[in-house]
Amino acid sequence: MTSPPRWRRFDEWDTRPLRHDRFAAEDPEAGFATFHSPWDPAPSARVENGRVVEIDGKPEADFDILDSFIAAHHLDLDVIDEAMAMDSGEVARMLVDINVPRERLERLARGMTPAKLTSVVSHLSSLEITFAYSKMRQRRTPGNQAHVTNAKDDPLQLAADAAVAVALGFDEIETTMRVASNSWANAVACAVGASVGRGGVLFQCSIEEAEELRIGMAGFTSYAETVSVYGTEAAFVDGDDTPWSKAFLTAAYASRGIKARCTSGASSELLMGFHEHQSVLYLEARCLCLQRAMGVQGTQNGGIDGAPLTVSMAGGMRELMAENLIAVWLGLECASGNDTRVSESEIRVGAKITPFLMAGSDLLCSGMGSIRKYDNSFNPSLFNGEDVEDFLALQRDLEADGGLTPIEESNIRELRMQAIKALAAVFQELGLAEVPEAWMLSVAAASGSLDTETFSTGEVTRISEAIRDRGLTAVDVVRALHKRGFGREAENLLLMLRQRISGDYLQTSAILRDGKVISALNDPNDYRGPGSGYRMSEARWEAVRGVRDVQTREKVLESERRLDPTSEPWLIPGGEAGKGTDPREVVIGLSPAFGNELTQTTAGHDLIDVVLALTDGVSEGGGVPRLVRIRHTADTSFLGLTAARLSGSGYAIGIQAKGTAVIHRADRLPHMNIELFSNAPITTLDHYRAMGRNAALHALGRAPEPVIVPTEGQALGARYHVRVAMLYAIETGLVVPDAPPLDVAFAIGQGGLRP
Amino acid sequence: MTSPLDLYPISENAPDQAVSASGMPLADLTLDAVISERIGAEDIRISAGVLRLQASIARDAGRDRLALNLERAADLVSVPQDLILDTYEMLRPGRIPEAQLLKERAELLRREYGAHTIAALIDEAVAVYERRNLFRRRY
Repeated sequence: MTSPPRWRRFDEWDTRPLRHDRFAAEDPEAGFATFHSPWDPAPSARVENGRVVEIDGKPEADFDILDSFIAAHHLDLDVIDEAMAMDSGEVARMLVDINVPRERLERLARGMTPAKLTSVVSHLSSLEITFAYSKMRQRRTPGNQAHVTNAKDDPLQLAADAAVAVALGFDEIETTMRVASNSWANAVACAVGASVGRGGVLFQCSIEEAEELRIGMAGFTSYAETVSVYGTEAAFVDGDDTPWSKAFLTAAYASRGIKARCTSGASSELLMGFHEHQSVLYLEARCLCLQRAMGVQGTQNGGIDGAPLTVSMAGGMRELMAENLIAVWLGLECASGNDTRVSESEIRVGAKITPFLMAGSDLLCSGMGSIRKYDNSFNPSLFNGEDVEDFLALQRDLEADGGLTPIEESNIRELRMQAIKALAAVFQELGLAEVPEAWMLSVAAASGSLDTETFSTGEVTRISEAIRDRGLTAVDVVRALHKRGFGREAENLLLMLRQRISGDYLQTSAILRDGKVISALNDPNDYRGPGSGYRMSEARWEAVRGVRDVQTREKVLESERRLDPTSEPWLIPGGEAGKGTDPREVVIGLSPAFGNELTQTTAGHDLIDVVLALTDGVSEGGGVPRLVRIRHTADTSFLGLTAARLSGSGYAIGIQAKGTAVIHRADRLPHMNIELFSNAPITTLDHYRAMGRNAALHALGRAPEPVIVPTEGQALGARYHVRVAMLYAIETGLVVPDAPPLDVAFAIGQGGLRP
Repeated sequence: MTSPLDLYPISENAPDQAVSASGMPLADLTLDAVISERIGAEDIRISAGVLRLQASIARDAGRDRLALNLERAADLVSVPQDLILDTYEMLRPGRIPEAQLLKERAELLRREYGAHTIAALIDEAVAVYERRNLFRRRY
């Protein structure tokens, strides 16, 4: 015998998007280790004469730049002995204990070394990490951040897309450029776009630090998150910084009224080639201790650029959540990754975001692509413009606030145009560019930059350089907006300048809602078990559940119940139906609403055509059809059995208005039918005709092949059951208990039947 | 006496204390003022006083590391942009060949701008950079 054949399922699996993903073997020596590596140190700390002289097994003389900074600025001498002496498993249990307050755990974290923090969270399962995260995260109200970029650096599209991002509810907008010199045009475009609609959104233009600080100084941007830190000295130096240069930079941003957060994440050291064989979680714990030490208010962590590499490892997604947990445990705002697209599998993508939807987060995504994937100048995000409605559906499914709000199509038309016109007016007013109407219309309609007729990248560079060289500021833009009649937009942009003076959004986890700052200080996460912590208000829940195209009874009945009051009835009821005597007879038992209240099957076939197909089929098979209206039941089995008991042959068809049909026989149990069409949405008229024919062949004592309605595996329940449930209620509403079946005359077409 | 945390957010609870770097109160930053060209670059800059107030609020909220950072920021408010960027550049690894230049920069910031917390941060960096051999050119 030849060797067994390859199972073709593997061929099919080979073509699934998942097979593009790579899965890496555990290999600590090469840096491929999630929670633990043999090269990770055991937790330890020693204090002598008021200074930390040992961290995680390393004496002070050997401290690298990270150890030195952590020893000097992170470890709290009042807590260190107590915290380090605690059993890691015991602390892990405290993290998931609703009776242990967040503040108590945060105090302990201030006395823990990176290895200690790692050892504690290693005790937790994915579920426990999720739960602990929901308890430990800093601000009560969850939020989200959008990427707004495009492949042409087109300012008109940036303005329109920024306005859409604001309408979707994003609290922060981050942009970057394909061409670095376009940064000023990007900044003005997003700032203007974000001022359309509700306004009050924090905005960042991600570029080289000096330029980013300049753009911030000019008032266009309000936060920065490019302050990257790394978990080994070699990676840090290779990244061209030290803890002191970053601490200085963080203070520099704050000195200009700009909110800042650091960026770190698993596997960045691995990507940079300086991992020292240590686990990605241990290295990230070092980064996070460092960030607390620097006094930055928050972090963007959870993999970020290293996320795809991290999830290539077994337990990688759990690791990413664990590092987010350490971040919030250390009292940091957490923009929790869910940023870089970690997989080509939509199932893995959905699974990745789910714990965060359930737990909430300061910013669920540290950049969800609000634009098309190809327009994302950072690289595709976990969720992108293509998938925004999927995210909205998940919020609705889980009754979870992911920070986004469904948008109305008609509002968005106006909004995009308003943003484009506002930017065009600013450009004209400031003598930067003239925008033809054709470009405005093109960009307003465009889903992405492949569709747009607009500025060339070179023209954008010229505009950008003019903004920079002329020293234009947000104040000039406010003036231009006001002068050209964009009063609300001018006010919204001014609001951001006012916030900058008060510095309120420099505190931990600050965002703006309704023009007011909410942060961990005035909106602290107070989760202490069921009934506490964040819950959506009724108004918020109403907004979240209002996704596009929600079916209501009115809408369904309007489209399904196509009653024409002027039309003649085509099923004329006669007297009470008796038992037939013709041995070739096949009774067709019609449900209560069939052909009167309801006129089409869920597949969209007119019930007249369905009756014709059935009766023609019966005739073709050599049988004699007879129509009966059944009134005491709407259930397919009982429709069929009732009809069969009236049939001269003992065989009958029972059919509901929605198209579900059955062949039955008089002597069978109700649910032991002969043939059943249960998937009405994919049942064709040919199938009904074949069912009629088979019923007749059974009546004649033959044994026909059953009719199979082939399914391609569509989720018919998802597609049809909302309608089915509403329509079936009409059928059951017409049921009259004990009402006998009536003979029915078919008063239409060539095949008209009379009893 | 009210605690600093009660003043937060100061734009709502203590707007009279929200004064820009030019000394202009928040209430004066209106659309009318912008339109009539009464608003300059210094008027939309945060002040050292506000940063110190936010630092005391952070400390009151149990966030002493953030408070220290905001106090360092307050020390940098009056430091010109170019000097900030130049100092940042000097603090990056391998930018300067020896510690002395950085020590002098710390002294300058202390002397000219009263930026004591920043100077202390730089002095601390110098000691570690020397021990870890980071004063070597990378390009």
